[in-house]
Parts: sequence; structure tokens; C-alpha cells
Amino acid sequence: MEPVTTDSERSPISARPSSPALLASLLGSGRLADRLFKLTTFVFALAIAGLVVLIIVQMARDSTLTFEKFGLSFIWREVWDPVHGEFGALPFIYGTAVSSILGLLIAVPVSVGVAIFLVEHAPRALSTPISFLVQLLAAIPSVVYGLWGIFVLAPLLRDSVYPRIQSAFGFLPLFQGNQNGLGLMTAGIILSIMIVPIVTAVTTDVMRAVPRAQPEASLALGATKWEATRIVLQNARSGITGAVILGLGRAVGETMAVTMVIGNRPQISASLFDPSFTIASAIANEFTEATSEIYRHALVELGLILFIITFVINAMARLLVWGVTRGQGKVAHA
Amino acid sequence: MINQNRAARTIAAFIVAVLSALVLSACTSSPTGSNAEVRLTGAGATFPNPIYQKWFSEYNKAHANLKFDYQSIGSGAGIRQVSEGTVDFGGSDAPMKDEDLKAAKSEILHIPTVLGADVITYNLPGVSTELKLTPETVAGIFLGSIKKWNDPQIASSNPGVNLPGSDITVIRRSDGSGTTFVFTDYLSKVSPEWKEKVGAGTSVNWPTGEGAKGNEGVMARVKQSPNTIGYVELIYAEQNKLPYASVRNAAGEFVRPALESITAAAASVAGQIPADLRVSITNAPGASAYPISSFTYLLVYKEQHDQAKGKALVDFLWWAIHDGEQMARDLLYAPLPQEVVKKAEQKIDSITHQGKPLRVS
Repeated sequence: MEPVTTDSERSPISARPSSPALLASLLGSGRLADRLFKLTTFVFALAIAGLVVLIIVQMARDSTLTFEKFGLSFIWREVWDPVHGEFGALPFIYGTAVSSILGLLIAVPVSVGVAIFLVEHAPRALSTPISFLVQLLAAIPSVVYGLWGIFVLAPLLRDSVYPRIQSAFGFLPLFQGNQNGLGLMTAGIILSIMIVPIVTAVTTDVMRAVPRAQPEASLALGATKWEATRIVLQNARSGITGAVILGLGRAVGETMAVTMVIGNRPQISASLFDPSFTIASAIANEFTEATSEIYRHALVELGLILFIITFVINAMARLLVWGVTRGQGKVAHA
Repeated sequence: MINQNRAARTIAAFIVAVLSALVLSACTSSPTGSNAEVRLTGAGATFPNPIYQKWFSEYNKAHANLKFDYQSIGSGAGIRQVSEGTVDFGGSDAPMKDEDLKAAKSEILHIPTVLGADVITYNLPGVSTELKLTPETVAGIFLGSIKKWNDPQIASSNPGVNLPGSDITVIRRSDGSGTTFVFTDYLSKVSPEWKEKVGAGTSVNWPTGEGAKGNEGVMARVKQSPNTIGYVELIYAEQNKLPYASVRNAAGEFVRPALESITAAAASVAGQIPADLRVSITNAPGASAYPISSFTYLLVYKEQHDQAKGKALVDFLWWAIHDGEQMARDLLYAPLPQEVVKKAEQKIDSITHQGKPLRVS
């Protein structure tokens, strides 16, 4: 963690000691102020890292009871019985993974399509309002999505969409059983709407980062518009992967909207129409009334698992996006 | 350059402003002596929150220097906070367990305040008569062994009702709650199978159904999905105009949930209430008792460390179980029966500061 004080940022204050920056004048010489400033920002940077470590330590300490009782088997046990003190995380991990992946399956094609349109086809007059609208989706509070899901989307899916899917693909175990409008599938659909903005925004950015010379050269050589777009996509693919993983990170941690439409039942079942439960929504639902110690520890351990999952996902995404955008600066100067 | 200078100036000005604001607020918030304000902090059950807020604001009109701050964060959290001594009082729908009482930092008393009940609400298109359910039927539905609405068990207690042959969808709480505790406590008493397989708790391992968050979540799901059944606090079913079932009580009578039948449940066990007032009144024996009723409690320390706070709390509690009870009906809470008020009075009288009773009658 390097403190973020580069020379260019430092120069205005040190070069002009008469600068009215109150702190600097109070501290006297510019050099001392510089060092103090560097030290302060370093402490800030360190505090962030320290916070992460503290969170992990505290969560680990608060889940010792379940760790002692179940060990690593907590991760693959299937029971969740607070009354008898039996806990396992697998149904929650399953629900989190499946609902998030469903969300991605729907959101990614849409997002990439929107991004292609914005970067390659849309006139400026159209691309600005469209990207603004997409960004607006991200600003809607998730509880509003949840309410919309429970009152509008779920009845619609229950009465018009799911029966059709069942009559067409009912032979697949994925679409069998009683459906009531709520469940994994509905959660996936809500999640997809929620992650479209971030995936679209990042995809647009990485596509814009691809040097224009590339598609233009291929167009000059007689390529079609689609072939030129493919070249852009190919160059941006690791960045797009990063965007997808960022979306996954968002989906995995989403709580309120999911809990309102997923049915909240810790079970592993083949049908996408069955109720399920996710890690984040289980914690939100059960923490306030977790009356026994071991129950609370089980929930904290669930939180720790979620923390590790999102940490890994986000680290992967950052690396991929960084890999693409790093090249952008050089090209721009060239 | 110019921009950065301006930014630096703005930041410096901001820091100065924040610092001076802090200094100023520190000065003004220091105690001003004689007219000391007493602030009582509480946390706990969400179910009685509306009436507690009403009580606080009414009581505050006559006692302007007394401020209440009650956070309705759930019974479990209330019990935890009161055990750790981070609040002045707690609220809980379920009485504290023995081991929780032992673990608490100082002795805790249970003061019952009002009564509530879980009602079984349903959405059954085409059925306009109110259903009657036996304890065995309720247990069977929530265990998942009764799967269809026209099951002979349901039909036999509802002669003449044209029940559909559709599947029953059980809606229950996904969040831990006192409501769930009362409901599962009742089922554990009436069904040995429930007791063995599931048990009673603020959240349990449900054999069937889907979970919805909060009373309002269950209500919304039942309201908009046909063939569902769920349990909610009486007030939610009442406000949403959804039908709710009469349940056969321990005396063999089908009783409709209502304020009278809930108070009757408490009255019918008043003789057997233990000295510490921790009691479950589900499946109460009275002929007119609604069987899925419960007390809700305020949890207070027997020994108060702060005389001013302790005195204020004791006076408030006394007011609540007498004058406060008059306001219960309007908000759809059942008032305590007289027998229980008498017992609660004794509890309030036993609250002390440095060993001396705080209430001078």
C-alpha cells in the first residue's frame, strides 16, 4: 500500500509556501508539511487495509463455536436447524451461486449488446441519454426492486411466463414442480436487472479503451461493421470478463431484493422454480433474533464465507479490468 | 494550480468549520444542572413497538424531562442488549431462558405489558365462510403432511364448506421473530410430532413452505397468492381485511382470535403463573381462550444503579400497566387481565436502588 502522494500532486503547496492552505502555514516549513502530509495519507491508506484485517479477525473470532463443532464440514452440511443447534452452509452457498449465475446469464448478453450499440453505433445524441438511463437503474434502491418483484414481477411470472416454460420444457428437472412465482428463477431475473448497469458501464469503458485505429483499419481493409466490432470485442475480452465478474460480485452480495423474491427456504433442489435462500439474505433475516450463541456464530461464519467469496471475485475482476485499461494510457500518448 | 489552491482552501475552511462545530456542540450539550433531563434507552421486540411509542409520547406530555428511546430491533437483540447492560430496559415477546438469565450481568425482571396473538390467515378463492381448524390440522398443514385444501381433516371440521382440491402453499416468516416463537411454541404443545421434528424457536427448520420477511411480507404473499396459508399478528390480518381461522382450544371450543379471547387466555392461566411471571400462555385451558396468544414483556433490572433513572422507570411501568392499558384496545392489543396486573404490581414494587424499593406508594 503506497501512499498516494506523487510529485505532481505535492508541488503546488511546497513550491509556494505562501499558499493559503491553512494546515501548511500552521506547520511552518513546506518540507515538514510535506512529510506530515505523506505520513497522514499513509496512515489513512494503512487504516483501510487494517480495517479489512480487523473484520476478518473479528468474524473468525465470532464464529469459533461453529468452527469447533462442525469444522470445515460446515461448508458442505445441508441442515439449518436453529432449534437443535445444527448448522450447515451448503444450501445458502448453492442458492447464492445459482441465483447469481442465472442473473449473469441474463444480464451479460443484454449488457454487452447495449455496450456495442453505445460504442459502435449510437449517435452521440442517443448514446448519452441511453447510458444515463442505464446508470439510473443502478440508483434505484434494492428494496424497491424487491417490492416491484413481489407485487408485479412474481404474479406476472406465475400466471403468464412460468406456465409456458413448464409446458415447453417441463421434461427438464430444471422446470418441474409446483411454481408459485417466487424462487431461484425470479431472484435471478431481479438480479440480472440490478447488475446490468455495472456490467454495461464497465464494458463500455473497456470497449472505448480499444484504440480506434484497429476497427478503422479493418473497415479500411473491407471488413463489415460486425467484423470490426468483433475485433474490438476481442481486444476488450479480458476487460469484459472483468465487468462480468464485477457484476457477479454485486449479485453475490445483494440482500434485500433477493430475500423478497427467493422464497427463503434453505434447500437444494433441482427446480429453478423452488424457493431457495442466499447467504446475504439469511444473515439479514436471522441475525436480529439469533438467540443462542452458536446460532449467532453460525450466521457470522456464513458472513465470513461470503466475505471470502466476494473478496476473491472482486480481486479477480480488478486484475482483469486493470489489465486492459493499463494499456490505454500508452496508446493515448502515442 | 489555481484549482488546487482553491481546493486546499476549501478543505481547510471545511476542517475549521467542522472543528468549531464540534467544540460548540460539546459546550452546549454539557449538563446544565438543576433541570436535568432523564433519558431511558430501550431495545427489543417489534410487535409491541406501536403501543410503546404511544405510551412514551403520552407519558412524556406529563413528564417533559423524561425522554424515551426504544429501538425495535427484535426480541433476540433486546435480550442480548439487556443481558450485556447496554440499555436501561429491554423488550421481548418470549420470556428469557434460564441460561440467558444466569448469563445476564444483573438480575432481570419480566414485566408483562400487553397481550398479542398469532392468527392463521389464508387466501382461498371461492370460500367465504371462516375456516375452523383443529390443532392437529394446523400442525399437519405446517408439517407438510396435509397437502390439499380438501383434505378430510380440514373438511371434517368445516362441514358445508366447498373446499377446493388445490395444493396448500405454506407461507411463514423467513426472519427470526417472536411471532414465530409463539406459533411454534403452540405447535410443540399440541403436536408431539412437531415437538420432536421441529421444536419451538424464533426461527426453526421449517418442513415446508416459503419464507417471507416480516409480518407485512407474509401478509403480502398471502394476499396476492391463491391457496396460501400463513400466520401473522392479529393486527396485520385485521388491517388487511384478510380472513382468519378459528382454532379449537384445549377446552374443545372453536375460538375466533379477538381481544377478549386473548385476554381470556391470560386470565385462564393467571392462577398458575410462576413467581417470575415467565410463562407461555399458548394452548391455555379456558373455554373462551384463543390458544395462540402470548404476553409481551419489558425486561428491567431489579437493582437500578442510577436513582433518577430507576425512579422514572418504575413510575412509568406503574403508569403503563394501569393508565397505559386503557390505550391498548385502540391499537388492537389485548389488555392484561386484572389478576396479572396485580402480579406485575408486585414485581414493580420489588425494583430497588441500593437495596431500597424505588416505588413509594
